[in-house]
Amino acid sequence: MQLDVGDGQVDAAWVNSPLYRGFEQILLGKIPDDALVYAPRVCGICSVSQSVAAAFALGDAYRAETPPNGVLALDLIHAAENLIDHLTHFYLFFMPDFARPEYTAQPWHADIHARFRAIEGSAAPEFLQARTAFMHLMGLLAGKWPHSLAIQPGGCTRAVSARERLHLGNIVGAFRRFLEQRVFAAPLDEIVALDGRDALLHWQAAQAGQPGDLARFLALGEALELHTLGRAADRFMSFGAYREADGAPLFARGVWRDGGLDSLDVDGIAEDVSHSWMAGDTAPPRTARTLPDPGREGAYTWCKAPRLHGEAVEVGALARQLVDGHPLIRDLVAATGGNVLTRVVARLLESARILLAMQRWTDALIPGEPFHNPAAPLADAEGIGLTEAARGSLGHWVRIEGGRIRNYQIVSPTTWNFSPRDAAGQPGALEQALTGTPVDSPRHPRKIAVQHVVRSFDPCMVCTAH
Amino acid sequence: MNLLWLQSGGCGGCTMSLLCADTPDLLTRLDASGIDLIWHPSLSEAGMDEALRLFEDIRSGHLRLDALCVEGSLLRGPHGTGRFHMLAGTGQPMIEWVRELAAVARYCVAVGSCAAFGGVTAGGSNPTDACGLQYDGRYPGGLLGKDYRSGAGLPAINVAGCPTHPDWVLDTLHLLARGELGADDLDDLARPRMYTDLLAHHGCPRNEFYEYKASAIEPSDLGCLMEHLGCMGTQAQADCNVRTWNGEGSCTRGGYACINCTAPEFEEPGHAFLRTPTVAGIPLGLPTDMPKAWFIALSSLAKAATPQRIKENARADHVVARPGRKPDRK
Ligand code: SF4
Ligand code: SF4
Repeated sequence: MQLDVGDGQVDAAWVNSPLYRGFEQILLGKIPDDALVYAPRVCGICSVSQSVAAAFALGDAYRAETPPNGVLALDLIHAAENLIDHLTHFYLFFMPDFARPEYTAQPWHADIHARFRAIEGSAAPEFLQARTAFMHLMGLLAGKWPHSLAIQPGGCTRAVSARERLHLGNIVGAFRRFLEQRVFAAPLDEIVALDGRDALLHWQAAQAGQPGDLARFLALGEALELHTLGRAADRFMSFGAYREADGAPLFARGVWRDGGLDSLDVDGIAEDVSHSWMAGDTAPPRTARTLPDPGREGAYTWCKAPRLHGEAVEVGALARQLVDGHPLIRDLVAATGGNVLTRVVARLLESARILLAMQRWTDALIPGEPFHNPAAPLADAEGIGLTEAARGSLGHWVRIEGGRIRNYQIVSPTTWNFSPRDAAGQPGALEQALTGTPVDSPRHPRKIAVQHVVRSFDPCMVCTAH
Repeated sequence: MNLLWLQSGGCGGCTMSLLCADTPDLLTRLDASGIDLIWHPSLSEAGMDEALRLFEDIRSGHLRLDALCVEGSLLRGPHGTGRFHMLAGTGQPMIEWVRELAAVARYCVAVGSCAAFGGVTAGGSNPTDACGLQYDGRYPGGLLGKDYRSGAGLPAINVAGCPTHPDWVLDTLHLLARGELGADDLDDLARPRMYTDLLAHHGCPRNEFYEYKASAIEPSDLGCLMEHLGCMGTQAQADCNVRTWNGEGSCTRGGYACINCTAPEFEEPGHAFLRTPTVAGIPLGLPTDMPKAWFIALSSLAKAATPQRIKENARADHVVARPGRKPDRK
């Protein structure tokens, strides 16, 4: 990350991604189904999301049909990853920053330090134990996590028996208790029913005695004015997530710009490489290539710059909840825009919504009915797989010729959020969000605010350039 | 035991797997092993500035480095510069940091198949010239060279797997901390024998189907995955089906083939991962320690003797024929 600092704040930022592995090159010439082995390894944090995108892309190419159980099992596996990802981010990556010595003088520091200090705070072991127990769902439905092969075009490889369905229900129920006792200290229904900023403030005030971690965060957010940090262009995109039985997504697809909702035109996506160490010109992922060019003039990152109709957009839980129209998030963004506070609130709210959906899906499984419909591979075909990883929109584009992968392009969430400038000089979402961030104010000493802004996107370095 | 963890050119999945450590959890086990995690890029509060000071202290001998864990493959490209992966905030390629720190570490541990052998990052045309710490695929060498020995006189220890199992890592570290892991405890690829003396096939719930070569044809069938769906469990050295993953899981329990991810070059099997290559209908890659002719003779005998129950269940996604019942007359 390179920052231009003037007058106590960031004037301009250049976000650099220092790792390139070349998955799109590795996949060339492979047997299409083998993408299901390679794709999850793009990212160990969102490996299921990568599997889902790959399976959707191949399923689209082969016109696969998935039976209802397969849809539900896939939703459960995927939701489990996204949910645990949100909380891993909150407990292990985001909150420990507030326990740092920079904040020792703050009145809230002792409490936050005791609870969220990395590894040693009281939250880390509690969360890790709840997390491990919850991930047994992955053992059961996906064989293992990360890097499962259970998700296939046409469904899932692991059928669930009646006994196992009960067991799944218990696993999900146990994690609900963790959410209700520790994260929220409130019933989930109460959280998802919050319909605006006032409702949230009331709720927070009523938490006074034994606050949950959300209330702790909100109090901290007030003290540090986190709603003033990290605002980008307030343009958001979601590919939509989780297929319900009627085919509609649980979280809607769309674009939020200028304070209103638009439909998403997938063909409007193109990747600009003017400031990336990549060869070539701006191209849509259907035809784009990924070829490193370490000597490219003016380049400063391995990350490409995806744009939607030429515009930089932000992706993630905030984008999803906004596009889906959750009243709390719509109201918060109307008041203060996308920022560090709203990104974190959206992530926790979404966690509550996901868990409730998981309970519904578990109940809807029908043991004895099929989980997978085999799809016949085609020698020449094209497919697109769009889904949402925890940290935002993820798309795989595949072209198959003569039974081999002729082209494979991956556009992952952090690529959108961490994209560099494009040919028009337009910065990516994080670059925009960093502009104006205080670097050494009494409230945010020693560049720590920069860290909060970066982390609020829940970045994933391996996704970025893959 | 001071432990420093670096993430090189992998996917971070080995760390994510580590967080799934079960009964007891990760933190309890680090504590019980007497391991002090002095820095981990995603688990530590300390940022890059503090990490750099630590590296300096290690380099200058002010801080003892007992164990260096490296996750992810070592990216030598482009053209040997290592520029495909610079350690953020240092302006120095990761491979240089790894060389320097490995030189002073008492033990050097490759976490996962990327760090051990190159792994998926070295797949296809290997665009980044990726390799493992002390292996380049199946060939000794890699980043550190085949003669490398850590301070304690051991080669880089290859806790291979993609991802690697949290127990494999934690048990290895625990043994190292106790001084109980020596050269004899490593196999011929420097993997801890504690998990590679078994096969993924051991303890697989499909063993009964294997006995009769009652095979799954489609994913989600219950039968053995070896004949048609690419399972390498009879060759893959790992205790996946005895130890299990995330509670009661494993690849074959999850309904898909073992792809032998603890082996070098698993990423390039030379055939589709999920289809068994055959010659004249006979699967290639039979168990390595059994004469082929015997295997074929036994299989055809077993197939002829397959009970109806096993035949039917092999092709279904749940038990359709119950045990203990006489076969229905057809
Ligand atoms: S070995 Fe597998 S899981 Fe581990 S870093 Fe490499 S690709 Fe990721
Ligand atoms: S599925 Fe694989 S591991 Fe299981 S019995 Fe068959 S060959 Fe062995």
